[in-house]
Amino acid sequence: MNYELRLKATLQQPFALQAELQCGEGELLALLGPSGSGKSTVLRLIAGLQYPQSGSIELGSNVWFDQRVRLAPQQRRVGYVPQNYGLFPHMSALDNVCAGLHHLPRHEQTRQARKWLERVHLSDYSKRKPAELSGGQQQRVALARALAAEPSILLLDEPFSALDSITRESLYVQLAELKAGLKIPIIMVTHDLNEASMLADRVALIDNGRILQVGSPANVTRQPVSRRVAELVGLHNIFRSEVVVQDNAMVTLKLGRHLLKVPTKQAVLPGGYLEWVLPTDALEITTQDEIAALHGFVSNILRLGNLVRLFVRVDGGTEVFQLQAASHHHFELDQPLAFKLDVSKVHILPMV
Amino acid sequence: MDWTALWLSLKLGAMTILVLIPVALFTARFLAYRRFVGKPVAEALLAVPLVLPPTVVGYYLLVGLGNQSWLGQWLMQTTGHFLVFHFSGLLLASIIVNIPFAVQPIQRGFEAIPQDVRDAAACCGMSSLRMLFTVELPLAWPGIVTAIVLTFAHTLGEFGVVLMVGGSLPGETKTIAISIYDRVQALDFAAAGNMSLMLLVFSVVVLALANSLSRKFGRRGGYHEL
Repeated sequence: MNYELRLKATLQQPFALQAELQCGEGELLALLGPSGSGKSTVLRLIAGLQYPQSGSIELGSNVWFDQRVRLAPQQRRVGYVPQNYGLFPHMSALDNVCAGLHHLPRHEQTRQARKWLERVHLSDYSKRKPAELSGGQQQRVALARALAAEPSILLLDEPFSALDSITRESLYVQLAELKAGLKIPIIMVTHDLNEASMLADRVALIDNGRILQVGSPANVTRQPVSRRVAELVGLHNIFRSEVVVQDNAMVTLKLGRHLLKVPTKQAVLPGGYLEWVLPTDALEITTQDEIAALHGFVSNILRLGNLVRLFVRVDGGTEVFQLQAASHHHFELDQPLAFKLDVSKVHILPMV
Repeated sequence: MDWTALWLSLKLGAMTILVLIPVALFTARFLAYRRFVGKPVAEALLAVPLVLPPTVVGYYLLVGLGNQSWLGQWLMQTTGHFLVFHFSGLLLASIIVNIPFAVQPIQRGFEAIPQDVRDAAACCGMSSLRMLFTVELPLAWPGIVTAIVLTFAHTLGEFGVVLMVGGSLPGETKTIAISIYDRVQALDFAAAGNMSLMLLVFSVVVLALANSLSRKFGRRGGYHEL
């Protein structure tokens, strides 16, 4: 039995959404995007809690939605953990897990539910009501309930957003462990890039109802396909520069009074412009006499705990680079600063 | 003490609950979860008995169901009696004026159940009916208790519409509220006082009981408190 999920959906109401994605069995796909981007809606479409205007949703050889088919959530066998977990407040943890098993005889329900509570390390809490459990425990009950019914897909809507950072860390580990034993697609909605990088095999970036890029966490952070993706994955150094010369696979960009030679596969005529991005770790402060250094002036200083972020405007240009440094160093506004740029980490954005 | 009138009032209250609450459950659930064109109008119509003087409702029932109306004539032919000045007419009137008291608390009870909880129930494979009995009703229960108590208390106290539709036939349409009025008209203040005191004590006891019942269920995890 193949459990790959394939979704292709268009929605006009209540807002425009156009999504196409796949998720293989045993794979964890993170839907990453800012609030209001439509990522939870995609999850609801997969669960059957909402229907698209057109498109198709298939799991393996089963059609869940197309022009003729329109399965209800009850017919899809999805394990769904809503954002606030959606636990039944009047039932004990055990009964909550049993709720997904009503097709089984009572003693079998209890046996299965106990097994799942044990797997999420909550055996001692089976008699407690949700209100008597901590946020992390509630999340695990919801996870146990979703998995107990042996779903064909697991959907998690911001499963860690309501938790403190210590609880979150331990639950990351737990989810990673659970994932190893699951042969179904797992789709997790999150707005946290770190979370996605840590847990997901692939990330789908959503913005404004559209999927902008799908790839491994490293792929989307190192090689964004557009300026918007670069912004969404938290890249600060995004530039647009004039092309001076291009020969072979190298292009020379004008950067104030500096020239920067970077590898590229794109053909651009001299005088044209290219957009490029740089991760913060590609920049390093160096001494003024370093030959390969770029020079500029500190235009702004932002203190962030142990770190200080420097905004450095290049000599003779308008480009402002953002660099990180340890906060025990002393910096002043308008002071000249030299820095090295690791050209191999430059990523040139594809032209649209 | 007019025991016949008290018994009639209690019977009317119980019958109103028996007929109205099941209907109110479905109406309230529909209003709570469905979006449709004209929903504000539907809600306004159901709330009208709250603001209209009961005599107005009584007037329309009298005119609409009396022996001059075609509906009244038809009812006469099929059932053998007129609804007005009859217990069944009284029951109908009581149901109509109690609609908002029954529907609104139940609707609030259903609305208070988070979307997440109902979504999770659907993904657990629960059918609508199973969801209603295992999730929605237990969680909306405080609202339902409120509706039952308000309807019952309101029926005991109803005066205007009963007088208009029912008249004051002993054992048929003469409720305790009408009986008190009758006693006062007859300057029998002792009897009126007895019955009033009895009604007062009874109302306080019922409301207190409902309050504690509702709170008990509230603690069990419901979302609504009286």
